[in-house]
Amino acid sequence: MAVPVISLDDVGQSFVSRDGQRLEALAGIALSVERHEFVAIIGPSGCGKSTILRQVAGLLRPTAGVVAVNGLQVSEPRDDIGLVFQRPTLLPWLRVLDNVTFPMKHKTGRVDDACRARARALLAKVGLADFESRRPDELSGGMQQRVAIARALLQDPDILLMDEPFSALDALTRDEMALELLRIMDETPKTVLFVTHSIPEALLLADRIVVMTARPGRVREVMDVPFARPRGLATMEDPQFNHLANEIRQQVFSRRVA
Amino acid sequence: MGARFADSVAPAATFVVIVLLWEGLCRVFAVPSFVLPRPSDIVIAAGAVEWSQWLGHLWATLQIVLIGYFLSIAISIPLAIVLTNSRLLSRTIVPMLVIVQSTPIVAIAPIIVVTLGAEMLPRVVITCLITFFPLVVSTTTGLRATPEELIELSRSLRAPRVREFMQIRLPYAVPYIFSALKVCVTLAVIGAVVAEFVAAQRGLGYLILYDTSLFKVPQAFAALVILVGVSLLLYRLVVWVERRFFPWALPRGVS
Repeated sequence: MAVPVISLDDVGQSFVSRDGQRLEALAGIALSVERHEFVAIIGPSGCGKSTILRQVAGLLRPTAGVVAVNGLQVSEPRDDIGLVFQRPTLLPWLRVLDNVTFPMKHKTGRVDDACRARARALLAKVGLADFESRRPDELSGGMQQRVAIARALLQDPDILLMDEPFSALDALTRDEMALELLRIMDETPKTVLFVTHSIPEALLLADRIVVMTARPGRVREVMDVPFARPRGLATMEDPQFNHLANEIRQQVFSRRVA
Repeated sequence: MGARFADSVAPAATFVVIVLLWEGLCRVFAVPSFVLPRPSDIVIAAGAVEWSQWLGHLWATLQIVLIGYFLSIAISIPLAIVLTNSRLLSRTIVPMLVIVQSTPIVAIAPIIVVTLGAEMLPRVVITCLITFFPLVVSTTTGLRATPEELIELSRSLRAPRVREFMQIRLPYAVPYIFSALKVCVTLAVIGAVVAEFVAAQRGLGYLILYDTSLFKVPQAFAALVILVGVSLLLYRLVVWVERRFFPWALPRGVS
């Protein structure tokens, strides 16, 4: 079997809080993501979902276990990964196009024409071809998040880490963005780790869903999502969809009640 | 129409009414001009002094204000960057800054003059001292207000620290820096005047002190009016620079 793109082996993360207490955020996390697999991580807030993303990105060194990308242990921040955060966090003083090329500008100090052309193509892909000269505050929240996705795809990373990317959007925009992401991933497949607390979103997007429990964050269950691709609105009408959603909901809840 | 009236005509009208009232009350109650000169007295007194003389005093003060202000900016912004970067320096320098800021500037002004002589240097130093604390504090706050995600993005790109500051943190701090720049430009005028009170042979602050000692109160008022004008003008200038060059830093709907 091929080496998984992302693998976490018995990973733990503890923090020392201000009053000197040790807080365990993650414990015994084992997870592997195959090439071009879309894995959603779902769980109550505070279960360390985002911590996993930061470990994979090399922004946070796990206090236990090994996080590896392409079989090599992650020991420093890596730039072959695209990051999308909950907030778009665009730079308000840059035009949309310059926001998309910002990673290149920031990393190398300059932006060449090839990079700008790629940024334009990405803006077209996320449906913002006519907006390249606008400022971020002229765009809606959903449009800003599309720009952030284009920014994450600039260097054509193989891995995309998304930290609740649609949770700051209104419900309608949220569904629209999820369908949009499905389309983009069909066109240019990536290995995706997607943190969310929306069960339908996870079911619509993911190949596998990791259900987590909190304090410390542990993997409760890993579930395969059976729906065939390409998926779309029709997927949500599948009778299995609600059934699986309920099943996940129960798992998220059962531990909390206990 | 109503909004335009409130925006443009009303403030000007209020000003005119106050000046007229001032003139009228002084006439009705026959207030002596060395107690409270009438606006017309002030205009006459201002006209009695040669233009070149006014300009000389104005330039003397303005020089101190501008040199002190820009020197203060040149010191405080790099200092804020250093403080944001180093916990150790932040812990050691900030308490000292607080002590400097807590010292009444008027109280140390004479001491500074004794130490640094009666030339331009002490006046510039006093202006610097009064302006730089708000600038350091605001800039530091701005540099720290940058969204954590952008810093993570910067780190994931393994960009040099310099670029993190130049391309992310400093631009993010611009609104904070400008709010301090606006406060400080008027503080700089105060600083220059205080410095002139202590030791100067020229300048509008010096003129006020000199005129009042001779009971030439209308002329002192004229100098005061010019000072207020300078202060307002400099403030407007800073506002203009912000709107012209950093329109994205304004809250929505202001530009």
